[in-house]
Amino acid sequence: MPTEAASVEARVRHYILENLLFSDDGSELPNDASLLDRGIIDSTGVLEVVMFLEEAFGIRVKASEMLPENFDSVNNIVRFVERQRSVA
Amino acid sequence: MCGIAGFLGPPDAPAAAQATLQRMIRTLHHRGPDGYGFHVDGGAGLAHARLAVIDLATGAQPIANERRNVWTVFNGEIFNYRSLRAELQRRGHRFATASDTEVIVHLYEEHGDRFVEHLNGQFAIALWDAERQRLVLARDRCGVRPLYHVRAGGRHWFASEIKALLAVRPELARLDPQGLAQAFTFWGPIEPGSVFAGVECLPPGHLLAIERDGRETLSRYWDWSFPEQGAPQRRWQSVEQAAGELRELLADAVRLRLQADVPLGAYLSGGLDSSAVVALMREAGAASTRTFSIAFDEAEFDESAHQQAMVRHLGCEHTTLHCTRRAIGEAFPQLIRHAEAPVLRTAGVPLMLLAQQVRQAGYTVVLTGEGADEVFGGYDLFKEAKVRRFWARQPDSRFRPLLLGRLYGYLENSPVRHAALAQSFFGRGMEGIDRPVFAHVPRWTSSRHALRFLAPELRAGIDGWDPLAWYEQRLPPAIARWSPLARDQYVEAKTLLAAYLLPSQGDRPAMAHSIEGRFPFLDHRVVEFANALPAHWKIRGMTEKYLLRKALAGLLPADILARTKQPYRAPDQSSFFVDGEPLDYVADLLSAERIRAAGWFDAAAVGRLFEKCRHGRAIGFADNQAFVGILSTMLIDELFLRRAAA
Repeated sequence: MPTEAASVEARVRHYILENLLFSDDGSELPNDASLLDRGIIDSTGVLEVVMFLEEAFGIRVKASEMLPENFDSVNNIVRFVERQRSVA
Repeated sequence: MCGIAGFLGPPDAPAAAQATLQRMIRTLHHRGPDGYGFHVDGGAGLAHARLAVIDLATGAQPIANERRNVWTVFNGEIFNYRSLRAELQRRGHRFATASDTEVIVHLYEEHGDRFVEHLNGQFAIALWDAERQRLVLARDRCGVRPLYHVRAGGRHWFASEIKALLAVRPELARLDPQGLAQAFTFWGPIEPGSVFAGVECLPPGHLLAIERDGRETLSRYWDWSFPEQGAPQRRWQSVEQAAGELRELLADAVRLRLQADVPLGAYLSGGLDSSAVVALMREAGAASTRTFSIAFDEAEFDESAHQQAMVRHLGCEHTTLHCTRRAIGEAFPQLIRHAEAPVLRTAGVPLMLLAQQVRQAGYTVVLTGEGADEVFGGYDLFKEAKVRRFWARQPDSRFRPLLLGRLYGYLENSPVRHAALAQSFFGRGMEGIDRPVFAHVPRWTSSRHALRFLAPELRAGIDGWDPLAWYEQRLPPAIARWSPLARDQYVEAKTLLAAYLLPSQGDRPAMAHSIEGRFPFLDHRVVEFANALPAHWKIRGMTEKYLLRKALAGLLPADILARTKQPYRAPDQSSFFVDGEPLDYVADLLSAERIRAAGWFDAAAVGRLFEKCRHGRAIGFADNQAFVGILSTMLIDELFLRRAAA
């Protein structure tokens, strides 16, 4: 549902801005930008994102899902969360 | 160990010159609590704060030659002074004392500025040649002892620590944004810089001659140097022969460092290097093997079990300092007052508290394993770079990057725990495989995260700054012809070792409590020996310090000998909070009001990081380093800049 997706996106963006970019300037975070390429997260930064997603959206991320393609941009994270929630 | 200070410039009345020297040297009392000494000659002034270690009766400084026209003050030790003294006496020099200091003036008479090449030691020297009216400053090869200098108010000033310069030139208490950016990237300001605008450190292995008319000549007398890649190694017939030679060399390096007229102890981390030093001290017949170590509550940092195994093996009289996070947080301002630079880690604090224990136990000198990882290839960074290079030769290989999983096993939140993510992170920058800084790109990428918190105008000032390119321009051209490991070692020796470990985890925390550290692995003969070794004798496969382990076989218990390197670390940002509440000074210094008033950081961004840390959500290196870096910079502001302005 578009509304739900928008809500996931807003929460993910807010989390990344607040906790990884330490900023309130949304223009620093294009939804399709690579978080790794831009140095916004490193490999332990991904663990922080996963902790947030599990807490905020009640999903469980398996070790086999710890892949860059799931977490390397806001869009990828939103898609991953939606997939998880649709399976649940 | 001691502190030195002084100047060269227009002549002043002797009483006024002496008063100036007194103001400087009093700030270095912690480096030399056993007495002060002064020499004033026209426009030159030398001051010395003494920590008596050798020749307690007649070793006071300044010391002069027979004709009293060459004078010196020096901080450190000349470990080969006995053989130098014997040689100088054969050449007709008469000695008035039994100190190591006196060889400096006689050697200068013999060799001029090349005197320094004859010294095996850790030193910062100031020498006044009254006849030629020139001041000579010299610093040891690896940068064990500090020496700062600056031109201000028509004079050239020097001192062991910056605080002695600020005592007479308070206008120097200005932070250099470029030095700050370096500290936040490379872990410390890069030679010859400091974080104080205009104040320079004399680079390791350099000598600076300042003539009476102000002319200066800076010359390098030593540097880390490696053979060309692919050049045939003819020095050793076999790895066994090299191991045997190394064992003898290390034994001699330790033996030389046992010379003292005060009791000697040692730090025992539980790792290979410090265990080897203690075992070699015992083998050399040290009167006692009094050892000291640090234990932590957190299993991730604690090495007590290994320390205790070594204590049992050698039967040492041992003291363990149990270091809590609270103790680290509370003592952190004291570390920064001594370090005079921002730091990204708290690891210097437990070492400072340990030095206090050593002092209380009645010891003045400790031997440690510092330098072995740089010299013999011990860090995971070297192995990480080896895997990345191996992988880059076959980028499509699924198996090569899996070797990354063998690194960083000691970390609770290991960056390689999830293979695909690790590959994505460490696979970045592979196109720069031939760059001399290739190995350091992942580390510096994490560190530079701290620059994100700079105030917008400071960020704008460094927007176009490319630290990798900037640093590469400072490297010797020959580095391109060295093996990849040699390149990595050189950069590590010049950044981590010289800019961070030796000052902020070595000299300063120890000298805070008048403790002298001695580092056998940084004996220049050991460094030169190791630099000549083929790379695969240092890291064989994924075994670090291969030749060193071979050299120490039979000396250490098998489990210590086989241990994988665990770098010494301490709890970082968590040390500054108790049950989610910041220590009082932390709350004050990181308040939006104080951050804005200081002007170095973006208050809103720091506020977000503060909240993240307070809630225990900062688990990675990048956030921890940024937090410690910001707090230490605010302490520099508080302890040095605001006080000077008041």
